[in-house]
Amino acid sequence: MFRESSIIRWRNYNDRYKLIGYKCDQCGKTYFEKKGLCTCGSLTFDEIEFSGKGKIVTYTKVHSGAEAFQEQAPFCVAIIDLDEGARITAQLTDCDYEDLKIGMEVEAVLRKFYKSGEKGVIHYGTKFTPKF
Amino acid sequence: MKVGVLGIGITKFGEIWDKGLRELLLDAQLLALKDAKIEAKQIDALYTGNMCGDSLSGQLHVGAMAAENLNLDKASIRVEGACASGSLALREGVLAIESGQADIVMVNGVEKMTDVSTEQVTTALMGAGDEELEGFNGLTFPGLYALLAKAYMTKYSKLTRDLLAEVSVKNHFHGARNSYAQFKSEITIDTVKNATMVADPLTLFDCSPITDGAASIILASEKTAKAMKSQVYITGSGLANDSLSLARRSSLTSIPAGAVAAQRAYSQAKIKVDDINFAEVHDCFSIAEILAVEALGLAKPGEAYKLYENKDTYFDGAHPVNTSGGLKACGHPIGATGVKQAIEAVEQLRGHAKNRQVKDAKIGVTHNVGGSGATVCVHVFKGE
Repeated sequence: MFRESSIIRWRNYNDRYKLIGYKCDQCGKTYFEKKGLCTCGSLTFDEIEFSGKGKIVTYTKVHSGAEAFQEQAPFCVAIIDLDEGARITAQLTDCDYEDLKIGMEVEAVLRKFYKSGEKGVIHYGTKFTPKF
Repeated sequence: MKVGVLGIGITKFGEIWDKGLRELLLDAQLLALKDAKIEAKQIDALYTGNMCGDSLSGQLHVGAMAAENLNLDKASIRVEGACASGSLALREGVLAIESGQADIVMVNGVEKMTDVSTEQVTTALMGAGDEELEGFNGLTFPGLYALLAKAYMTKYSKLTRDLLAEVSVKNHFHGARNSYAQFKSEITIDTVKNATMVADPLTLFDCSPITDGAASIILASEKTAKAMKSQVYITGSGLANDSLSLARRSSLTSIPAGAVAAQRAYSQAKIKVDDINFAEVHDCFSIAEILAVEALGLAKPGEAYKLYENKDTYFDGAHPVNTSGGLKACGHPIGATGVKQAIEAVEQLRGHAKNRQVKDAKIGVTHNVGGSGATVCVHVFKGE
């Protein structure tokens, strides 16, 4: 249903695939993905392209996924503080769970997310990988 | 503020394959009417908490269903706030009476979850998080709470794996003493630690189950409730909200909205934390109970482990928590949970909780969380 929608994919193209976020033009706070009011009350944001570099704030390994992600399980997920300040939730890839640590430096990579059925569209998005 | 409780009704919680959404709801409604000793036509309004009617049963419009079940044409509304749907329905019922628009209100909660696969339920429940920022990345609800557990246990290392398991052990102990609980078996720390990993560090026994069930409670104005000799009153209702996604919270080692909702409810009820005799809290995952007792002020930030070290949260301890068995052992039919918590509070304050009865219980609180903490609703109950 919505997970298969190519319109959503088109609308979120900048966020999902180019890591373009938003910086409040009043206080400078950065956000990944559009938000309503900034915490400072401002409604106006400038676009900002994130470098894709950041640090792990917390992480886990999901062993049992939702329908679309079942075949990928188990997989690692983290909350990451990007160097530019915004906080993002993303999967971690190309890593062993046992090697992960809070504070570890990671960087963004483009990866396959899930497939809409046997002949459907393959959905891509941003994952992160530890910097070695 | 003072709103009376006239009656309560609850179905068995569990895998109830021979009943659908409508039948479960009706069973609870009829039990509550019987307990309140009133006729359906005396009800002025109905509020029904339900989260997954559409995604798991193809059935929206549960408000109309609740009225139709009793042949009523009264105002009847479905209330949705993810896992807090039940307590939000309760709050709407309280507000309807407080505003003077209604004298007697029926509040219901219902969820039918076992007709479909676990993966379908996992997908539906993720609607309580942030779909674009979390669901799209494959996160599940156990995953979200595992992120909180990892952050909390890294910052506060005194909450060990064993002490976290004590939450589930205690809730199963209580569940074994509750006739309508889904799980009536006691477990040990090893049961929790050796169970299948769901999202590290949370195993299957750190997680509340998938449950069918319904609960109903009938409220009335203070005047009507006094005339009908009601023994239990709601004296405070606090609601607070926060960001849908964890990444936008001010803290990953607490649920900030929980503390705000608690303070709002305590202030309205004019009580202090020390006045609380027991609490029914939202333990959708073991770590959630730790965060809940800290949000309610029963322990300082980072110090909830002490309550579990000392076994204080058992029904006969200093701070009884989840005497119903909590979401873990009693079960978690999403929309019904908030109403079930209220029913446990009423049972305790009436002195009807039998072999899990809290001694001299006068004031109890219920704490119901929607999502990973985007909505928290706290109510204060007083026995007279």
